[in-house]
Amino acid sequence: MIVPLNHILLLSGLLFSLGMFCTLARRNLIMMLLGIEIMLNAAAVAFVGASLHWQQMEGQAIVIFILAVAATEVSIGLAAILVVYRRTDSVDPAMEAALWEKGGRP
Amino acid sequence: MSILTLLFYAIALLIVAATAMAVTRRNMVHAVLYLVLSFFGTAMLFYLLGAPFLAALEIIIYAGAIMVLFLFLIMMIRLKKLPGMFFPVGQLLPAIFICAGFLAVSSVLVGGNPEGWTPMPAAQASPAAFGVYLFQTHWLAVEIASMLLLVALVGAYVLGRRVRGPSADTRKEAP
Repeated sequence: MIVPLNHILLLSGLLFSLGMFCTLARRNLIMMLLGIEIMLNAAAVAFVGASLHWQQMEGQAIVIFILAVAATEVSIGLAAILVVYRRTDSVDPAMEAALWEKGGRP
Repeated sequence: MSILTLLFYAIALLIVAATAMAVTRRNMVHAVLYLVLSFFGTAMLFYLLGAPFLAALEIIIYAGAIMVLFLFLIMMIRLKKLPGMFFPVGQLLPAIFICAGFLAVSSVLVGGNPEGWTPMPAAQASPAAFGVYLFQTHWLAVEIASMLLLVALVGAYVLGRRVRGPSADTRKEAP
């Protein structure tokens, strides 16, 4: 006997809100991407817990696809951050928005 | 209370503490290293919950590949002056409010589920059985995921190329 499903879901929710805070509040594009990773990981924890609760392997299969999406997202996201850094010399999301509003060159 | 239950709470505490440390670090390298610790904890949790194959993948892909990619980028760019750690209060307070609200609502929703309070029996899906299951019932999704990864490869290459504007040598060759 391990723990009830609800404890796993509460852990997952706590991790998800930490990742959400990191994405919303950190003033740094790299940390925002890191927050998205934390959120995806929290969803994976919830899926594995549900997979154990209902004794089905569907949940574990979904985690494989979460991993694929996370790898895709991080490779594209980091390349985009690199483009932003080359253009503005910073990874501040507010500075990039200001540049676009000014009608910045592509 | 069995040893597995104690192990679960110890791992959960480790994960939450490491993630909280990662979220609040000013130095990005420290944040990534704390997050690697958190992902190792998650891998142990997956093993405890009966998914040994996913535990191995978590270490190889998340802690091994993705976090090292972050480290590469952090060491590649050279920030002269770090911006403030958080947004100004006008945006920080709504962010805290949203996160706390999400946590409260999800806790209430999860806690209202009466059948989730009974402890689950331990079980394990062997990697061989899991692989057979994945490729028998989800083979199309696996193919689509591989296409997605190919698109990501091409996209990262295109984005990462140094864009040469209408520079001198291309203009010289034009006429």
